[in-house]
Amino acid sequence: MTTTLNQLPGRLAADRDGAFPDLVRTLQDGVYSGVLQFTRNRHDAEDVTQETFVRVYRALDKYDEGRIKDLQLRPWVWTIALNLCRNRARSAGRHPEAPLVGDRVDVFEDAATEAVENANLEVWRHRLAALPGPQRTAVVLYHVVGLPHAEIAESTGRTESTTRSDVRRGLGRLRTLIEEETR
Amino acid sequence: MNSPDPITSELAALQRTAPVDLLDAVMRDVDLADSYATIEGPTGPAYVAWNGRGITAFVPVEAVGTRDAFEERHPRSASFVDAPPDSLAKHLDRTIETGRLGELPVDLSSLGDFQRKVLEKCAEIPPGEIRPYGWIAREIGNPGAVRAVGTALGRNPVPVLIPCHRVVRTDGRIGDYAYGSPMKRQLLEHEGLNPDAVETTARSGIRLVGSDTTGIYCFPTCRHAKRITDPHRVEFRSEEAAEADGYRACKVCRPAA
Repeated sequence: MTTTLNQLPGRLAADRDGAFPDLVRTLQDGVYSGVLQFTRNRHDAEDVTQETFVRVYRALDKYDEGRIKDLQLRPWVWTIALNLCRNRARSAGRHPEAPLVGDRVDVFEDAATEAVENANLEVWRHRLAALPGPQRTAVVLYHVVGLPHAEIAESTGRTESTTRSDVRRGLGRLRTLIEEETR
Repeated sequence: MNSPDPITSELAALQRTAPVDLLDAVMRDVDLADSYATIEGPTGPAYVAWNGRGITAFVPVEAVGTRDAFEERHPRSASFVDAPPDSLAKHLDRTIETGRLGELPVDLSSLGDFQRKVLEKCAEIPPGEIRPYGWIAREIGNPGAVRAVGTALGRNPVPVLIPCHRVVRTDGRIGDYAYGSPMKRQLLEHEGLNPDAVETTARSGIRLVGSDTTGIYCFPTCRHAKRITDPHRVEFRSEEAAEADGYRACKVCRPAA
């Protein structure tokens, strides 16, 4: 997977349309998993994930070969995704009739295991929503998506050391939250 | 951290798999993939494909067979959906009903200039009328390109909608069709032409008909030619013969340069 990711910029520069489906395949699970924590429900997460890759394609369309080859693909895609999540949260605030974070437990057509997983997702979405924005972003990108610190820094436009301390403080805060829940 | 932290392992367990149709949806949104559906065409069910710019393919089901076979021959990836969006469906229904392209958007952007010009000219031929290949060649300013016109029409991605079945051999006979000449005859018959009569006229060497009251000559299926009553109907084997008798070419069907 890492090899594929490393080869992608070169392949995209040579044949954008041919390599694009592999870009989506390689990054879609990570983007979706992260975006799930930054949006209100599964439906919004699917929308934002889809829109992220559409924007990625349109941006690649405007870049020349050299620029595509030099792209730090994953952080670049995440910059786009995080922007869309922020816009979505903002417009949700303007339309208060829409359910807010965690208000809605998605209905799954499937088995009980999925219901449990889903309930778990909701619990964590609530906890993470209690963190300050930068800490939540850093924790999700590091621990859920599995992005290295350097890529998180690149995605969010912060320094690597700030990112590290965001992750650390975020985790500390989550620990306190969980202790309070069980008290 | 020496022992695994329960919080971080719970966070890692929040990873999910993206929805299975995400890639398809993205590919459609960026126009790298088309959608397609089955609709009712003039000669039975047909596959119709489209993207954001318009219709990209139209193929009678009987000509290709299964959906897999359609996807295989379609030049780009295509995913099956229930029906075309309303915005396309209403124009599509109208085109099939009237035999005219009207406002139906057709995406010919992947074709070369020559083929696009040929197809755009072909779309001007009204239902129930036919024109020879040479007519298209001349109308698009390439009178020598008769064979190339035949090839361009043979590769028409949207037959029926762009009516290449209305283009016939220079001698007036119905000729070949991408989906076989029986379907070509069936489509013409559906529009009110009698294919046998067309063949008979062609075999007897008649290419043009004129009216001795107006002194104008037309292709035999031109709507003005159809109005000529038998006593006033004059037949010609060539435009030279018609011109020699003092007739002039119809300005609607334009049988001569």
